[in-house]
Amino acid sequence: MKLGYIFGEVGQGLKRNISMVVSIVLVTFLSLTFVGTAALLQLQIGQMKNYWYDRAQVAVYLCSSYSPAEACPQGEASADVKTAIEAKLKDSTLAPYVEKYFFLDHNQAYAQFKQEFANNSVTKYVTADQLNETFWVKLKNPADGAIITQSFSGVAGVEEVRDQRTYLDQIFSILNAASLAAVGIASVMLFSAILLISTTIRQSAFSRRRELGIMRLVGASNFYIQLPFVIEGVVAAAIGSILAGGAVLAIVQFFVQGYLAATLPFTNFVGLSTGLVLVPILFAIGVFLAGFASIIAIKRYLRA
Amino acid sequence: MAMISIEKVSKTYKGSTRPALDAVSIEIETGDFVFLVGASGSGKSSLLRMMLREDVPSKGSIFVLGENLISIPARRVPYFRRNIGMVFQDFRLLPNKTVAQNVAFCLEVIGKSPSFIAEAVPAVLKLVGLDGKQDRYPNELSGGEQQRVALARAIVNKPQLLLADEPTGNLDPATSQEIVNLLERISAAGTTVVMATHDRGIVDRLKRRVVVLKDGQIVSDSRGVGYETAEAAR
Repeated sequence: MKLGYIFGEVGQGLKRNISMVVSIVLVTFLSLTFVGTAALLQLQIGQMKNYWYDRAQVAVYLCSSYSPAEACPQGEASADVKTAIEAKLKDSTLAPYVEKYFFLDHNQAYAQFKQEFANNSVTKYVTADQLNETFWVKLKNPADGAIITQSFSGVAGVEEVRDQRTYLDQIFSILNAASLAAVGIASVMLFSAILLISTTIRQSAFSRRRELGIMRLVGASNFYIQLPFVIEGVVAAAIGSILAGGAVLAIVQFFVQGYLAATLPFTNFVGLSTGLVLVPILFAIGVFLAGFASIIAIKRYLRA
Repeated sequence: MAMISIEKVSKTYKGSTRPALDAVSIEIETGDFVFLVGASGSGKSSLLRMMLREDVPSKGSIFVLGENLISIPARRVPYFRRNIGMVFQDFRLLPNKTVAQNVAFCLEVIGKSPSFIAEAVPAVLKLVGLDGKQDRYPNELSGGEQQRVALARAIVNKPQLLLADEPTGNLDPATSQEIVNLLERISAAGTTVVMATHDRGIVDRLKRRVVVLKDGQIVSDSRGVGYETAEAAR
């Protein structure tokens, strides 16, 4: 087996089909970039879930004098109401689910509000008694939010029970949908990449049909005949895959770390190390698909 | 065992009702020189294609060089073909390679070493009378010279069997005679030669074994006679 011959053939094939090869490179590049982006989104969602689900709490808002009458017919929640709620949280039915809880009265709620909206003019118009007194409940398993919601909804003196996790789930479902869309686009593009590779290989084989005919006539092995074509497809796709890996790293470095992380400082974003894990995976996907498509294409061409 | 043993081979191509070969049986011994004659479409080329295992019969059995060509696995076919040389009416040379490169190409692709190629190519070019022309391109050669290159390529790997499908079909009588003289020398060196032709002159002069095909059937198989005699013998 002469490597010189094989690489000579590969080089000639690539040169002869330069426009097709460029389109293979571009299509694999774009499709794998989409695959990489979808993977980044999923990793980001995973990381955010870990972080935020850990901090998500259930808020039991007590009635204040400003609460709407239908929820709070008795007006401001009495001390009895607070004792009853606290007793229920310590009770053996709920206690196993509750990791800890704490109570914020009007003034504490106002202090927290002012801190959260420090630079916002809304603080000027809000007074302490407008803010609900609240029991913040942290659960051992954040998925158990419904238990607290059911236990306290409609209880006298409780205006509303709100599970912060439901907000997070909304955000995550949006992110999930985005990554699914990316995967959808990527699979359509990967499919067209496969078709493009098969067409290119067939064309390349056709332009070398005299050589192929003689090679078969004099008894060159199938492996020897097919290998240059397979390498041709794989090389083109490998270039695209490497570009896609670079694009994913660039997205992580310049968009996620450079822009998002600066804009949203309290969120833990995926870093370059995560991006680096994706690069060989994208490369493997590209090379495998191209190799597969090329082998099928050249085998079918030679059989026909 | 005979070098080629064909029994009741039939072949019907798709979209055709008339068989290209119809229950053909023939044995060819090692060292034989056999002419396959007959009109166009009589099945000469089909028979040669079967011997090279370019095609598989619809019915019957065919053994060449001890290989059962019905059951040979696809991956063994290339190795089987390395023992067979073949030339065609249209030469089938690579136009972008020189004479020497055309011959060397078929050794390269079966994995022969550069040193073997460096020795074998000049030797075979000398044998076919092309020494000095190794650096010419096919379009710079006459038809007879091109067929010599094709012959050189077919025999450079010292095959046991040489198949020739109308090798003189594109050549004038004098040049044809030179090519046939070459085939005789190759045959004399021990290679079995099967040549399809409808060149009466050659068949008549050589007085070899003549197998006449008509409509896919063998109508006569005689030794040491000319074309006319063979035709008349049926």
